[in-house]
Amino acid sequence: MSSLAARSALVSVCLLVGLLGLWEALNQPPTASEALTEFEILMGGVDQEARVPPPSQVMSHAWHELSNPFYDAGPNDKGIGIQLAYSLFRVLTGYVSAALVAIPLGFIIGMSPLMHRALNPFIQVLRPISPLAWMPLALFIIKDSEQSAIFVIFICSIWPMLINTAFGVANVRSDWISVAQTHELSQLKTAFLVILPAAAPTILTGMRISIGIAWLVIVAAEMLVGGTGIGYYVWNEWNNLDLNSVIFSILMIGVVGMALDFALGRVEKLVQYKE
Amino acid sequence: MSNKSLGNPFDAESSLAHTASCVCAVCKSELQSGEGLSDRDRQILMERQISDQESVRHTSSSAATETFGSSEDMMDRVVENAIVRGVFGHNDASRRNFIRLVGGGTLAAALGTMIPMDKVKAAVKDAIGPLEKTKLKVGFVPITCATPIIMAQPMGFYAKYGLDVDVIKTAGWAVARDKSLNGEYDASHMLTPMPLAMSMGAGSTATPYIMPAVENINGQAIVLHNKHKDKRNPKDWKGFKFGVPFDYSMHNFLLRYYVAEHGIDPDKDIQIRVVPPPEMVANLRAGNLDGYLSPDPFNQRAVFEKIGFLHVLTKDIWEGHPCCAFACSEKFSTEMPNTYAALFKAIVDATHYSHKAENRAEIAKAISPKNYLNQPEVVVKQVLTGRYVDGIENKVQDVPDRIDFDPFPWHSMAVWILTQMKRWGYVEGDIDYKGIAERVYVAAETGQVMRNLGYTPPESTYKNYTIMGKEFDYNKPEEYINSFAIKRV
Repeated sequence: MSSLAARSALVSVCLLVGLLGLWEALNQPPTASEALTEFEILMGGVDQEARVPPPSQVMSHAWHELSNPFYDAGPNDKGIGIQLAYSLFRVLTGYVSAALVAIPLGFIIGMSPLMHRALNPFIQVLRPISPLAWMPLALFIIKDSEQSAIFVIFICSIWPMLINTAFGVANVRSDWISVAQTHELSQLKTAFLVILPAAAPTILTGMRISIGIAWLVIVAAEMLVGGTGIGYYVWNEWNNLDLNSVIFSILMIGVVGMALDFALGRVEKLVQYKE
Repeated sequence: MSNKSLGNPFDAESSLAHTASCVCAVCKSELQSGEGLSDRDRQILMERQISDQESVRHTSSSAATETFGSSEDMMDRVVENAIVRGVFGHNDASRRNFIRLVGGGTLAAALGTMIPMDKVKAAVKDAIGPLEKTKLKVGFVPITCATPIIMAQPMGFYAKYGLDVDVIKTAGWAVARDKSLNGEYDASHMLTPMPLAMSMGAGSTATPYIMPAVENINGQAIVLHNKHKDKRNPKDWKGFKFGVPFDYSMHNFLLRYYVAEHGIDPDKDIQIRVVPPPEMVANLRAGNLDGYLSPDPFNQRAVFEKIGFLHVLTKDIWEGHPCCAFACSEKFSTEMPNTYAALFKAIVDATHYSHKAENRAEIAKAISPKNYLNQPEVVVKQVLTGRYVDGIENKVQDVPDRIDFDPFPWHSMAVWILTQMKRWGYVEGDIDYKGIAERVYVAAETGQVMRNLGYTPPESTYKNYTIMGKEFDYNKPEEYINSFAIKRV
């Protein structure tokens, strides 16, 4: 079936080239025929309306940024590589601490119907709260914008992992647990040797959803508190109405998000099993 | 031998020499050991005496036994002394003869024309006291109002006073306030009403804040979307949505004042939204706002992007109104007095530098890059030099004082701001107008710093204003509030 793969790839490329070509053609800035007068310079040129930059401009800008991704020209001007590293650090810190809380708690909820009923109301109330709504409170209580941002990531990535873990644990086939019991395995051993492998694919699905949400939220959180990170980068370029950089950073956010999802997808495959 | 007495150098009767009967620590020490001290030891003893504020007495002359009111006064004397001694080649007899001949006043005046005494004194005092902390973080919102705070970094004003300051860009004033309250910033660019509100606990927890310096006066504008070019009369603005940068801002109070004077109720006839300055232009373009009263460069940027026009400059609403400020917590100023003093001086110095029209183009170039304002230089330059296009007329305008920089925090400005906060219901009940004004706006300190840097502060800290033809008397704030037809009290 290699011909199908080749043909689909060809269609993808044609679509991309066609769309970019259209975008490029529709957004050509008019060329000024003569030198600008002082008035025209102060007015921002002869161009009547601001337009979306054509892809050729975006690509040359992207090349420029990517050729020097780690420059550091002061606290408010750092390269795209440094900004992405800041964001990734925040996301991973918040995400890992969320996993450390959510997975054990999910086990307890999943294994004990009593805890499930007791904790369910809290989860249902807290889960739908937009993570950014926590920001003012977090800033006030934690008194540190860096940790507040990490807390926001923590709070947004905890729910999918918690709920999926609890669901996965609760739905392990009862005859497997019965087998464990007939072998007189302790509670702890049952949890680690039977339930964990059995629930692993569901847990991983939760983790994959969480990392996606965390990456979505970090951009918004950094736009709010500023300083460093890819969200701050977008905000800073938005200030300057520099759409070149905004489009470029959108692409970068997409690429990194895809990489994160891909990584967890691979881990998910490792724990899959067939019954 | 040594001539280091602190006698009055302009008095022929006082000796500047240490005589055998002198009891100052240096002489005593030399007497005890029976030999001269090394220069280093002598220096240490002298400094200790000065820092202990113990007046150094030399008993050779009655005139020299005066005590000094403060260590500052003593330092002044030390400087005068050193200069006069230097002029007479450290020969005390010739100094005294000369003063007998022409008089001490003549000598002082003659020296004053040649040597800037005040500046030398200030320079020496600068060197006093180690900085508790040299690495500081100062927050700013990327607007031209913050020019002195920002440009002090690339143009070396912080470094001049021994500070290594990172100026950190902040998304808006709510975040600037929270980061200041939680101590991430040592000091911050704020709006002149913010320290008042924060000290009173309006809109945040009450934390004592002080405002050592105003940054800019004038420099804002009301911008309208291009589709409203035919609606230049505020009476036609019913139903408009306006953006202001913050509740506790001069922008909010000026916009409210302006429309209310035209008979429009700012709470009922129009909608006023808080929008961080950097997001103003994008919102105007998207049609979320019909206009805004915002800091520059976002007014000029709207013209540059051909989205809006400058309806009126705020200098035409209230000529010389304050806008942004440099503020820090009272705690910072008391816990790190030397650092605070150095930072304060750097800011006042930078503000005066920004005041000079000939420096503006150079400043525009320094603060436009990505690390600071992140704006096209041509936009920033139009704001700072006052040679700009307004988006209405087909010509270049020239208003050199479109924005100006003046650090002096008038107490009467604080009183006016408090009247507006009460007028629009941001604070309730009785207000101790002058008490709060004088606690938060530390005008006396600002005056002192200005004097040290060789500038002349105003004589008084209060004055009356005329805003859109209406008198404001700082002695009658309550009557002023009651005189408005549109108000929330």
